[in-house]
Amino acid sequence: MMSKIFYAAFVLGAAVVAWPAAQPQPPAPPSQQPTEIAATITGEGGSPPRLAVPDFIALTTDAESLAIARTIGQVLWDDLNYEREFAFIPRDVYATIPKATSFNDIPYDRWRELNADGLVVGTVQKTGNSLRVEIRLFNVRGRQSVFGKVYTGSGANPRLYAHMAADEIYQSQRALRGVAESKLTFVSDRDGARMTNTVEKRDTKEVYIADYDGENQRRLTTDRTLNTFPRWSPDARSIAYTSYRRGAGQIFVSNIYVGTLEEVTKGPAENWLAAWSPDGTKLCVASPREGKGHTNLYVMNRDGSGVRKLTDHPSINTSPTWNPAGTQVAFVSDRTGAPQIYVIAADGVGQPQRLTTTEGYADKPTWSPAPYNEIAFAARTGPGFDVKIMDVATRTVKQLTFGEGTNESPVFSSNGRHIAFTSTRSGKKQIFTLTRDGRDLKQITRVGNNEQPDWSK
Amino acid sequence: MTRRALTALAVACVLTTLACHKKTTPVARPMPPPPTTTATPRPASPPEPVAEPTIVPPEPVPSDAISSASLEDLNRNSPLKPVFFDLDSSEVTPPGQKALDENATLLKRYPTWAVTIEGHCDERGTAEYNLALGERRAAAARAYLVTLGVSADRLRTVSYGKEFPFDPGHDEGAFAKNRRAHFVITAK
Repeated sequence: MMSKIFYAAFVLGAAVVAWPAAQPQPPAPPSQQPTEIAATITGEGGSPPRLAVPDFIALTTDAESLAIARTIGQVLWDDLNYEREFAFIPRDVYATIPKATSFNDIPYDRWRELNADGLVVGTVQKTGNSLRVEIRLFNVRGRQSVFGKVYTGSGANPRLYAHMAADEIYQSQRALRGVAESKLTFVSDRDGARMTNTVEKRDTKEVYIADYDGENQRRLTTDRTLNTFPRWSPDARSIAYTSYRRGAGQIFVSNIYVGTLEEVTKGPAENWLAAWSPDGTKLCVASPREGKGHTNLYVMNRDGSGVRKLTDHPSINTSPTWNPAGTQVAFVSDRTGAPQIYVIAADGVGQPQRLTTTEGYADKPTWSPAPYNEIAFAARTGPGFDVKIMDVATRTVKQLTFGEGTNESPVFSSNGRHIAFTSTRSGKKQIFTLTRDGRDLKQITRVGNNEQPDWSK
Repeated sequence: MTRRALTALAVACVLTTLACHKKTTPVARPMPPPPTTTATPRPASPPEPVAEPTIVPPEPVPSDAISSASLEDLNRNSPLKPVFFDLDSSEVTPPGQKALDENATLLKRYPTWAVTIEGHCDERGTAEYNLALGERRAAAARAYLVTLGVSADRLRTVSYGKEFPFDPGHDEGAFAKNRRAHFVITAK
């Protein structure tokens, strides 16, 4: 818990200052700070810009500064490579180019020989426990800086500097929302603790969070019970999840940077699978509260008040997901037999409309962010499941995984370009990410079983 | 544990009884002297004893091994039988009905018991849908018990979906064990 508080303080303390920052500026809201030079680097002939990220320059030359400089440079490379918006010149190609010692002695001619369009150069300076990291993107042809930021803050997590810079470079260069600063949450049995209220051998599952690339995995819950289906609030400051700590599934909201816990539902009936409305004020949950084995969806305020029944059918109605505008909820119902995906107006008016018509069994719809209007889901394709994506307007479906283990519980990244999901392809259940067209498979977790991911906005 | 202790006790009893018999048989005792003859009239022979009606064996009262066991021991060797289900189904099959009939008899014999019925699913459904399917299985078992006269407020349901398989295997044998309504005694 303490580390979380430190972390929060660090995030707030990492002041972002536009370059060039000749004189001290009053502290302004970091997100609103405009970049002074708004030029973009383009590739030749419409191809993606060719970038190089030479090793970052450590201005303080102790071993720790050198290590931090190396880390930030490598993480920034990975972050900028993630969206496939840039082409990267392999590192060994430019091994012979003299290393710059500052922003002023960059050998542009040599870089130009390698057909580099852009060059990311960074400096790292360590003073006590604080870091000053300056990152610039140069247009090699024009020999000018098109992006520059100075970041200062703690040295606790150097990777965060790279993540912040990457997302800003994506925004300024490609008008794209990057996901380098986003986080994943999931549940894991890696602690190997046993449930205490049962004579059966049952492993506890706890909620974890991690950076989008799987680094900095940390446990959120510590109550040694079954915790499932964590969901980030739209502001990424809270996580709603289903916990059995009171003996049956109920919804809890953990305000992770404050360290407070809200008990949203209290039973006696169970409540599962909370889905945040896009404005973060409401939760849609599935509950069998009629007591006849039926499950229906209910919408409530995030404190559990103002409960309204959304679906009303004597069948199973579960797995809610909101559309980005908050006007519709897609969900799963077995009202005609096997589970299928339906959509209903968020105010409950009108009959639900069935979306999946060619699947034998479909569950866990997750609505993409705009501008895509897609729903990813898990479809039974054989003994197991595969991830598919439906275009909501045309109802066309494309398949992303093809029977490599079973693949379930897909979620979109905040820019809609990536999917995180659970897969057994490497043995145990693990979290993987893929691009929305099924490329760049990346394994996020490796210890224990890890499942039911969600990706922060 | 309990069973073994009981067996040991029973064996001990039998041995003790045998030992007693052995001791009493061979002792030669002097005959008691004949009663002195007095002129008392011979009493009338007592009436033939009226045959008592056979005593009905007592109901097994709640003072047996089951009721003296701790909740944990009870659940470890649960007298309440699980109900198994077909794939994607929450229908109580004839074998399931038989198990529930027996459970109902037991629950009536021990009217203070409170029970949680856990709904479980095999891994072939999705984690999300299986929560509701598990609940439907638990509710089906509960409804059946209620029709047999078990009070509904003694029967709580909880669904674990596919979170806690009883058999970690990935074949039909394991799946069949994992599609179940499982009974946990929570109070006695």
